[in-house]
Amino acid sequence: MIDITKKFGDVVANNHISLTIHKGEVHALLGENGAGKTTLMNVLYGLYRPTTGTIRINGKAVSIRSPNVAISNGIGMVHQHFMLVEPFSVTENIILGNEPTRAGGIVDMVSAEADVMRLSQEYGLSVDPKALIEDLSVGSQQRVEILKTLYRGAEILIFDEPTAVLTPQEIQELVTIIKNLTAAGKSVIIITHKLKEIKQIADFCTIIRRGEHIDTVEVDKVSEEELASMMVGRQVSFKVDKPEQQAGAAVLEIKNLRVVDKRGIAAVNGLNLQLKKGEILGIAGVDGNGQTELIEALTGLARVQAGSIQVNGQELANQTPGTIRTNHKVGHIPEDRQKRGLVFEFDVAENLILSSYNTSRFSTFFILLRAAIYSNAEKLIKLFDIRPANAKITAKSLSGGNQQKMIIAREVSSNPDILIAAQPTRGLDVGAIEYVHQTLVEQRNRGKAVLLISFELDEIMNVSDRIAVIYEGRIVGEIKAKEADEQQLGRLMAGCSL
Amino acid sequence: MEMIIRDIGFIIGTTLMYSTPLIYTSLGGVITERSGVVNIGLEGMMYFGAFVGAAVAYFTASPWLGLLCAALGGALFGLIHAVACVTFNAEQIVSGIAINFLGAGSALFISRLLFDGATQTLTIPNKMPLPLDFLFGEGRLFPSSGFMDLVFNRFATVYLAFFMVFVVWLVLYKTRIGMRVRAVGENPEAANTLGVSVIKIRYCAVILSGVFAGLGGAAMSIAVVSRFSNTLISGHGFIALAAMIFGKWKPQGAMLACLLFGAAKGFEIYLGSKGVPIPGDILAILPYLLTLIILVGFVGKTTAPGAVGKIFDKSGH
Repeated sequence: MIDITKKFGDVVANNHISLTIHKGEVHALLGENGAGKTTLMNVLYGLYRPTTGTIRINGKAVSIRSPNVAISNGIGMVHQHFMLVEPFSVTENIILGNEPTRAGGIVDMVSAEADVMRLSQEYGLSVDPKALIEDLSVGSQQRVEILKTLYRGAEILIFDEPTAVLTPQEIQELVTIIKNLTAAGKSVIIITHKLKEIKQIADFCTIIRRGEHIDTVEVDKVSEEELASMMVGRQVSFKVDKPEQQAGAAVLEIKNLRVVDKRGIAAVNGLNLQLKKGEILGIAGVDGNGQTELIEALTGLARVQAGSIQVNGQELANQTPGTIRTNHKVGHIPEDRQKRGLVFEFDVAENLILSSYNTSRFSTFFILLRAAIYSNAEKLIKLFDIRPANAKITAKSLSGGNQQKMIIAREVSSNPDILIAAQPTRGLDVGAIEYVHQTLVEQRNRGKAVLLISFELDEIMNVSDRIAVIYEGRIVGEIKAKEADEQQLGRLMAGCSL
Repeated sequence: MEMIIRDIGFIIGTTLMYSTPLIYTSLGGVITERSGVVNIGLEGMMYFGAFVGAAVAYFTASPWLGLLCAALGGALFGLIHAVACVTFNAEQIVSGIAINFLGAGSALFISRLLFDGATQTLTIPNKMPLPLDFLFGEGRLFPSSGFMDLVFNRFATVYLAFFMVFVVWLVLYKTRIGMRVRAVGENPEAANTLGVSVIKIRYCAVILSGVFAGLGGAAMSIAVVSRFSNTLISGHGFIALAAMIFGKWKPQGAMLACLLFGAAKGFEIYLGSKGVPIPGDILAILPYLLTLIILVGFVGKTTAPGAVGKIFDKSGH
């Protein structure tokens, strides 16, 4: 890829980026969220047309107008959010768009299944060709995605954040698969912001920052710290500083909690948990093991079927979200900040009082006190460093990191006894992540209790004092963070006992 | 005894006849929704098809030509819906509502122009033929008005409808194009990344749904009755839509649901003809009441195609 520029309106997503991939190598594309990695790869895969620049494959210039052209040039992509048709079988997903047919356009499933079987054995990607996608684990679904590209004769495979959804064990399997692929002469491009993985699998690494090509390096010759500072543009610390602190009395007690999900299946089933003052308790687990339902039950957003949730000895199961917030002093940084954290069309000041607009501070006789609302906003904007420092712009015009700061400002300023932080750093860049982590630690240092739910194991291990592993709606193990190791946690997350 | 068997034959026969327009239209619904586009404009397309079918059959004296033109008329409104929903990403429900007004409105407008200001056509000279009579001669295969005659001696459109159920099932579940249609309806982004054209597939599916709704309308106006009138369709398009949902978005399921609605109509007519002391208006409620019960009871519990009603924007913005 030579001199690729891609603009969306006035926004330059890629600014004269060049990238060279050799046969049989693993090339990492490193950059923060929004740096333009995925855009660059979408250009290569024909999902976007470049504004300027050329792409050459084996020395020949090609114009990749659509995914079809990319596929016929041997380029395959494993998307971050899998592109699978859930009610279809593995084979149907793999052959879609490229179906072998008998006379009359009838799909020849027998030969298709045989082809899938052969490919999966050739590259060590075990899947059942007849299984339905919706019944498969995330790891297997990813293998189907890889098989999709191989079925189309891909020579260059692009992986977009392939490990984001995998357990540590599944990540190891993926590493083996990638080694098999390169051994067979395929080239692999990995989009990621995880430095450890780059060190583990990549041969070369290209760093992109704010749409600009920073450098291409041999992975063996640089350290993780060097890669990080190239990615962010300044020195960063990975370690979260926190003083030793003895946890206090229990403030939250969950006993035999049972919550059903939208399909009526018990997503939280017999969960027991205790949270103490002055500690950060991390809930580790693979997505979909009941985390969402647990958070919703704790915040009054979902019905508790059975069991109890006590805060300072008072029952809060099935109370309204408002009561839980104000009477029981539970703050909530929601998983989905766009849907549940903010009202996008409201301005910053209004978003900052969403949970306290009805207090005498901000309203009287049904009338909102504009002056108080805006002076509150000015104060919080300064205190939490929300940028741009303008209380009157809409929430949606802020960056993801600043949106999250706005939510944190609102929640922390209401001075909760318990702060529930669900995926608080999802989609944020390194600088914002540092900030969020510091805030959580400050809460803990002030003697508050913090419940941190995250799919990022590194985050859980760095920030928590104590780690509880959730699996199929139950806590299957608790470990002190200092004593935890990744392999052990990974096994618990996969449902194995210690 | 013979009387009872003949009555049963009558009910089954009427059921088949009245199910037919619903089957065509609900097949149209299955096709479009399987591709991910909601089409509540089926009612309007059916309405227009019923008019075009009867008008062409009246002027040409050929029911077959009427049927063909009804399909084309439906296709025209299918195309309008496709342009709105697929190309311009319009809200599919809103476009469907507009089509319902447009279909009915243009049918009535053209009817007034052609038939001296009347909102109904004149009686067509030739109805849809009865294939059994045509092949074997009237009353030759089965004795006239016997059980077999009442059940099986039906209009050509009836046979065609059941054949179409098989064809649509075969295409949707066994062929390449059908697999792509279902994939586009479940996850258009996935289909797009594999080079399947979401736009093309959806255009074809939505236009086809118009064709089937047009056929459904004509099956009413040139077979069940022999003219178009402004109250002829009155909700059949919506009943067909309900049948599609009740039939879990499957051609064979939709067919069974249509037979159920047709049976309600069959009973209504049978009871009416027997002089049962229930007012006709109450009997006429039956199919609609059934629709309501089924929609309340089943909607939300069945699984619709994953991407139905959602706008697909290729640029990703």
